[in-house]
Amino acid sequence: MADASDNRPLIQAVGLTKIYRVGVETIHALRGLDLTIERNEMVAIMGSSGSGKSTLMNMLGCLDRPTGGTYLLNGRDVSRMNAKELAQVRNEEIGFVFQSFELLPRQTALENVELPLIYASGGWRGRRQRALAALERVGLAKRVDHRPNQLSGGQRQRVAIARAILNKPSILLADEPTGNLDSATTTEILALFRQLHAEGQTVIIVTHEDEVAAHCQRVVRLRDGRVLSDLPTAKDIAGRHLPMIEAAAAAAATTAGKAGA
Amino acid sequence: MLNPLFWLQAISLAFSQIWANKSRAFLTALGIIVGVASTTSVIAALTGLKARVLTEFESVGASKFFVFPNRPENAPRNMYPWEKILLKTAEARAIHDECTLVKAVTPITEVGLTVQAGEKTIEGLTVSGIWPDWHQVENRFVQEGRPFTQIDVDSERQVCLINADGIKELNLPANPVGEAILLGGRRFMIVGIVETVQARFFGMNTSSAEIFIPFSVAEKMQERNFFMRIEGLFKSPETAMEGEDEVRFVLRRMRGIGPGEPQTFQVAAIDKFITQFKALAAGITAIAGGIVGISLLVGGIGIMNIMLVSVSERTREIGLRKAVGATPMAILLQFLLEAVTLCLVGGFLGIAFGRLAAYGLTKIPGAQLDQADIPFWAVLLSFAFSAATGIVFGMFPAIKASRLDPIEALRHE
Repeated sequence: MADASDNRPLIQAVGLTKIYRVGVETIHALRGLDLTIERNEMVAIMGSSGSGKSTLMNMLGCLDRPTGGTYLLNGRDVSRMNAKELAQVRNEEIGFVFQSFELLPRQTALENVELPLIYASGGWRGRRQRALAALERVGLAKRVDHRPNQLSGGQRQRVAIARAILNKPSILLADEPTGNLDSATTTEILALFRQLHAEGQTVIIVTHEDEVAAHCQRVVRLRDGRVLSDLPTAKDIAGRHLPMIEAAAAAAATTAGKAGA
Repeated sequence: MLNPLFWLQAISLAFSQIWANKSRAFLTALGIIVGVASTTSVIAALTGLKARVLTEFESVGASKFFVFPNRPENAPRNMYPWEKILLKTAEARAIHDECTLVKAVTPITEVGLTVQAGEKTIEGLTVSGIWPDWHQVENRFVQEGRPFTQIDVDSERQVCLINADGIKELNLPANPVGEAILLGGRRFMIVGIVETVQARFFGMNTSSAEIFIPFSVAEKMQERNFFMRIEGLFKSPETAMEGEDEVRFVLRRMRGIGPGEPQTFQVAAIDKFITQFKALAAGITAIAGGIVGISLLVGGIGIMNIMLVSVSERTREIGLRKAVGATPMAILLQFLLEAVTLCLVGGFLGIAFGRLAAYGLTKIPGAQLDQADIPFWAVLLSFAFSAATGIVFGMFPAIKASRLDPIEALRHE
């Protein structure tokens, strides 16, 4: 089991579709999306609004189930799980970081970081040490007893990141993590993500900012519920200046190249 | 499935929610507070009354019985004229002679007389005519002097017994045995001082002058058709039922009442009164229970309303909790626990107010509720009902919270 999952990709999504019905209208948010992410990658998912990037994030984070297709996380098919099983997967495998931090206002930084342990099936002993260790990793060891309103935006996001990495998740999934931060703090937070990545953490950042995506190894661009391009950062940054048709061609070439290899 | 940390945080969260919205929580729980407080104080009053009445009954004695004349129900007045159904001395005599289960029996008749002792005169004082058995039936003996004897009755001696209040009201010397007083113009000698009993029925006649004369003498001083009652004592409370039957049999025979004909008297034993009173008390308790039911219903709707508000206020928090792995069950339990905690705090305050009211009841002069107290079962029941209200009315908001879609919830403004 251990080596089987080691050889498999961390995330393997095949033909993901998602259809919403809003009144009489049917919205195809994902139209057969394929995506593979290996262990310890740092990936940016980009796309304009309506491209399906939020829907994809919800799928990858096990917050929602696809209408069709399969999603294997660590070799487990999570696309057919019920709400309770998904909650357990989120607790153990996913660490969320949100744009607006989502800290509980009346609880201290430490209590906020401990939150996932409340819903963990075991291992709640030694929670204080684990939470303290997580806060130390994000550089907030001196702010453990502060409440969110006593912390700066950057510090709040660090608390949220500490909460996300507490259960040593398979994926650190960040949704516009720097959207509410100034540029100096943005750089700090991105440096933190890179540090965690260097320590072995798989990081997926959903963003619409090229500056943020530039910190990742790989950029996945979505359009109309499909992958538009999937390139290493250097190529993507270069390709960004070409006309769109060329970008598509480059994407096709990459795919062909991959298939050839 | 849910670890101890979950329960710990859920309970502390519930309290911190209440503390953070103190006035809102108080107003919400008011229905429950008022319901529990009013019910517990009613139960406290009832408990006090019950304790009071039962001790009075018990001081009278569980094996005591009474006989009264009684016109049959729905019977025409002319068929049973009052003078025909009045008890007779011969009937008391028959009970005394023939009823084997009766230990002691006395007829009692009361006559209002002018009492004169030296300079002091009291008009219309109630003087009771009794047999010597009265001492045993009433459990009242003499402190000074001697009790009545059969000779006093048989030879119609003009002797009397008096109580401490009578001595006081008539300005008699502290030990008036041997003194003479005038009762209705006749001269009576005081032969004994009877004990004063504190507990009389519902506190009536607790402190008044009492004078007793032999029944045979009282008979002579009464009008022609006078009212008397018979009081007696059965040999033991266990045979009270059979004793009643015996008395009934003797009286029916003496009055020539055939089988199936209605009875013109009534025999009542104390234990029957106790049973009746207990039934009455149980009835009032049931009504109090109904009141608490209604007020908990009203209170519960308030709880449901505020929990729905809480769920919608904390939608983002619910979304976050779900994102970090809270199962629907965990969310449901958390909100349910919050509603139950709110109700239990309300119940606790209600009991506190109820206790305060019960304490107030004991201080009302003349109400004789000095034993009013909330019994332990009422406290337990109040908590149980409060918790049940929390579960019943917290369920809908909790289910609503548990079913929230985490994506929608996190997007909620």
